[in-house]
Amino acid sequence: MNPRHRAFVGTALIAVALAMLPLVVGGALGNTWVRVLDYALLYIILALGLNIVVGFAGLLDLGYIAFYAVGAYLYALLASPHFGLHWPAWAILPLGALVAGFFGVLLGAPTLRLRGDYLAIVTLGFGEIIRIFLNNLNTPVNITNGPQGIARIDPISVAGHPLSKPIEVFGVTLSGVMLYYYLFVLLAIAIVFVGIRLQDSRIGRAWVAIREDEIAAKACGIDTRNVKLLAFAMGASFGGVAGGLFAGFQEFVSPESFGLLESVMVLCMVVLGGMGHIPGVILGGLLLTLLPEAFRYGAGPVQQALFGKVLLDPESLRMLLFGIALILVMLYRPAGLWPEARHRRELSGK
Amino acid sequence: MSVLLEARNIGKSFGGVQALKDVSLAIAAGEIYGLIGPNGAGKTTFFNVLTGLYPKDGGEVIFNGAPLPLGSPHEVTRAGIARTFQNIRLFANMTALENVMVGRHARTKVGVGGAVLRFSRAREEEAAIRRRAGELLYYVGIADHARKLARNLPYGDQRRLEIARALATEPKLLALDEPAAGMNATETAELKTLIEGIRADGVTVLLIEHDVKLVMGLCDRVAVLDYGEKIAEDVADVVKRDPKVIEAYLGA
Repeated sequence: MNPRHRAFVGTALIAVALAMLPLVVGGALGNTWVRVLDYALLYIILALGLNIVVGFAGLLDLGYIAFYAVGAYLYALLASPHFGLHWPAWAILPLGALVAGFFGVLLGAPTLRLRGDYLAIVTLGFGEIIRIFLNNLNTPVNITNGPQGIARIDPISVAGHPLSKPIEVFGVTLSGVMLYYYLFVLLAIAIVFVGIRLQDSRIGRAWVAIREDEIAAKACGIDTRNVKLLAFAMGASFGGVAGGLFAGFQEFVSPESFGLLESVMVLCMVVLGGMGHIPGVILGGLLLTLLPEAFRYGAGPVQQALFGKVLLDPESLRMLLFGIALILVMLYRPAGLWPEARHRRELSGK
Repeated sequence: MSVLLEARNIGKSFGGVQALKDVSLAIAAGEIYGLIGPNGAGKTTFFNVLTGLYPKDGGEVIFNGAPLPLGSPHEVTRAGIARTFQNIRLFANMTALENVMVGRHARTKVGVGGAVLRFSRAREEEAAIRRRAGELLYYVGIADHARKLARNLPYGDQRRLEIARALATEPKLLALDEPAAGMNATETAELKTLIEGIRADGVTVLLIEHDVKLVMGLCDRVAVLDYGEKIAEDVADVVKRDPKVIEAYLGA
């Protein structure tokens, strides 16, 4: 087989596997796990967005979840009984990307001179400001409905069919979570595509140059201000899309979904997977969503079988193991589980 | 000979230290112009003001017939001045080829849309960037290292890579900050050949150097800085015998 054929067959196999996955998982483990897959895909989209800012451009952002919140609330406000608006998802999602991108520039502009820890602190504050705004913008004019959040959000509809309703295809019933899975997979693939194309471009090289040495980047004629703002805006817009999907999928948003811990979680996915390496970041997103869920459902029964009773509360055990896993990875694979294989490329001599 | 760069009364102070006092000099198109002086004389400060890294306190620079946008490094680069750094500043985790490709940034245009959709124009530009970067690696003599990470290159080749990256910005004036620092005699001789070749190809060169032998052998004219002031400017042979220069180097 020539390489072209092999690439084609490989792509086809991956496509079939991705298409079959929810059916297999749903059949074997139930729809709860398909829902977990849906969340994993949302987190992957988020992590890919943050990867542009942190991984490529080297700008440590601890408030990234704010853009997710902006996208989610935009969807909630434009497609729920709260304001009586019911815009279609295909209109809101691109708008969400734009608005979140604008917020990205808003965060980026005052922080252009900051790097490392200082930037981290400012972005952390920004993330909290957005969350606190969402929490308190119910008086004097009720915009966000405060801590109660916004409920009864319209589900995302494709071709007039709300994805929350099951559909029957060739005698197979596809549940709502499965339909969402297919939508999320398609969007995630699109975002991976955008990420890869950007990475191998003049813009991607400029981001990495800034990460490596900002002064040298300037001396190469890179307008570091604009290129950094572009990184913030691109990363934020991915987050905005993910937020819109999240709101339509959950049909409910509240400020507590957008806390600091969520930002840290997404950052962990990027760092753990391998900063700046798209496949690594996808792996990080998958692991950090699936493993905690596996512990949540698995820890109780396993203890029951081993010791005859549940010794440790699964919930606290989950966090304990999660912490240990993070420490181990940082000790033994500080560049991440699947870092960029620069050296391999170097040796292959392509 | 036409004047390519004319610096007028450049001043720069850090707190109470006056690093540059009204430095004026003119570089003719096509020459190799040396800037020497004892440690702390203000050579690198002058470089940093000229290339926009430090905001100037006073004075102006006319470059190629227009005022140079001092204070904005990327615009200085776009105007046609490229530089290297005394302590090498490469993009360590990028390959040698990618380093030079970054240098093409200022002379190329493709934005986000073009990068994602890869129209034929974007593809052609990317291919041209890659081709030009490869040519420049060959030009400075490190084509074999194209796929290696910059940080894994031998020291002398890192210096060459920095020069290739600077040339990628299509400069009219190439400013080299101590390019021979840390090099042995053979490497220095090779560097001299390279710089002469660059000049022969039409690029004017401004050189800061400690290696007096290299400067005297290479430069058409030399300016000497001492305590932030220009104390001499002439052809190398004259400067070498200037009593003020001898005093600055050897002490009174």
